[in-house]
Amino acid sequence: MKPGTRLKSVVCDTEVMVIRAGDGTIACGGAPMVEGKPADRGQIDPAFAEGTRIGKRYVDSEASVELLCVKAGQGSLSLGGAALQVKDAKPLPSSD
Amino acid sequence: MNISLILQMAAEAEPDRIGLVCDGRRWTYGALAEAARGAARLIGDTRCGHVALLDESSEASAIALFGAAIAGIPYVPLNYRLADADLAALLGRIAPALIIGDKPRVDRLSSGAGHHVLTRGGFVAGAEALGAEALGGDGGEREEPAQTVAVELFTSGTTAAPKAAILRHSNLMSYILGTVEFAAAAPEEAALVSVPPYHIAGIAALLSSIYAMRRILLLPAFDPDAWLGLIAAERATHAFLVPTMLGRVIGRMDAGATAEIASLQSIAYGGGRMPLELIDRALALFPGAGFTNAYGLTETSSTVALLGPEEHRAAHRSADPAARARLASVGRPLPTVELEIRDAAGRCLPAGARGEIYVRGEQVSGEYRERSALDAAGWFATRDAGWLDADGYLFLAGRADDVIVRGGENISPGEIEDVLLGHPAIADAAAVAVPSAEWGEAVGVAVVPREGYAVLEADEIRGLIKARLRSSRVPERILVVDALPYNEMGKLLRREVRKKF
Repeated sequence: MKPGTRLKSVVCDTEVMVIRAGDGTIACGGAPMVEGKPADRGQIDPAFAEGTRIGKRYVDSEASVELLCVKAGQGSLSLGGAALQVKDAKPLPSSD
Repeated sequence: MNISLILQMAAEAEPDRIGLVCDGRRWTYGALAEAARGAARLIGDTRCGHVALLDESSEASAIALFGAAIAGIPYVPLNYRLADADLAALLGRIAPALIIGDKPRVDRLSSGAGHHVLTRGGFVAGAEALGAEALGGDGGEREEPAQTVAVELFTSGTTAAPKAAILRHSNLMSYILGTVEFAAAAPEEAALVSVPPYHIAGIAALLSSIYAMRRILLLPAFDPDAWLGLIAAERATHAFLVPTMLGRVIGRMDAGATAEIASLQSIAYGGGRMPLELIDRALALFPGAGFTNAYGLTETSSTVALLGPEEHRAAHRSADPAARARLASVGRPLPTVELEIRDAAGRCLPAGARGEIYVRGEQVSGEYRERSALDAAGWFATRDAGWLDADGYLFLAGRADDVIVRGGENISPGEIEDVLLGHPAIADAAAVAVPSAEWGEAVGVAVVPREGYAVLEADEIRGLIKARLRSSRVPERILVVDALPYNEMGKLLRREVRKKF
């Protein structure tokens, strides 16, 4: 997995783009995400069902992994079983 | 990583929201994305190596930019103001291309080169028809390697023949993801875009505004009255201008032009030297607007440093000369960009020392079609001269190529021009290198007298410089001219000034 890779959820509509790649399994709704088209849609794990929001960046506590949500869904993201958090945006003034 | 993701995300988030307004027609993000997918099919069918635009800004520039991105082919907006011979040379360099816009001119200048030419209307209608046919398909699904070229821009060539600067998807996406928060714009926000489509600021405006989901108001041909009128009619909240444009707007307002401009929250400017009195006047005329000065180059995917609204107001209000001086700064580097000042030997210089500006970062391409201009460690030499103050604010001091080397001493034209422009009888001034038997190069100045003042004698001009600067700066030759040559974006054409001596 490298920056720019697109990952899809196998349990909901969520799609992410990898901004920073790290170690560990990235999951959505409790199920590992896949490159390419998922075969069958599985069940969302209720422990990972808070949803994803388009345009938000998601990071782990060590900021070793960063994902950009490019399509929203009902599952929530995790790395090695630990939930990812929305990264705070530091807004810059619009320059163009 | 492909820039088409930007439009795809906006269309996914709110397909029915208005994304672009041009000549009275309103385009939703959904309609733009569909037309871009159609354009990609149209482009693919031509089997051309480039997608060029020879036209003013319109919906076609956005559709062609994203359509080319989906098709994985470089988008090349061309400067329609170029003389026939110069444009013909560029058309030859991109053949065979799909060219959108001025069909008669391409047919006249570049027939037989294998170009496929469509009018603006023909291209947009074709893209819309094919996009509607491809309903349900998702052009963004096609993954392009991030290293694919997204945009090729010919530099303005103020010092030499135009170079084809290359911006890869990875460069532009890094810039957007590093500077813009997705969908951060409130529903009422609208950005007035009046820079031409072949300028990096025109490309960046499309990408940034769509990612922020800020409605784009295109003004195809800049005119100060049309600009003021469009702000009032569409309640524009944001605008980007080059200093020449801002000067023309202020000129009209000072001459009594009135417009409802209270909606304007943010004015960004860049792309050239902003005279201090002009920005001071602008801050007074637009008290409700936040001003942002952006410094960037084509080769750096637009902005690498910026001076924000609070910094402008603080400097404008201050009586302290050091704080006021910051109005002439281009601000601090973006968090995602490294910036250094280096001497001619490549050594990093401390604060206060003048040298050449080097930048590094994922948005920095520093690459031309012919060669990469990045050094082994990834740094790009901008050829701009400048210095940093103790707080890290960047000040520009002209192009490194414009430095006058007099007997081994480096003289920046800017320091001489600043002194001359401070005199009320001088409306405009340029300092350039002139050949000198004794020194190799010496200083030549061309001055434009201000109307209503007596024209200064050569000795008075020399005295003005001598009183403020070292004697090496005193001009050897002085010309009084009616006007200085600028290109249409307000860049001084120094090579043309040099020819006058």
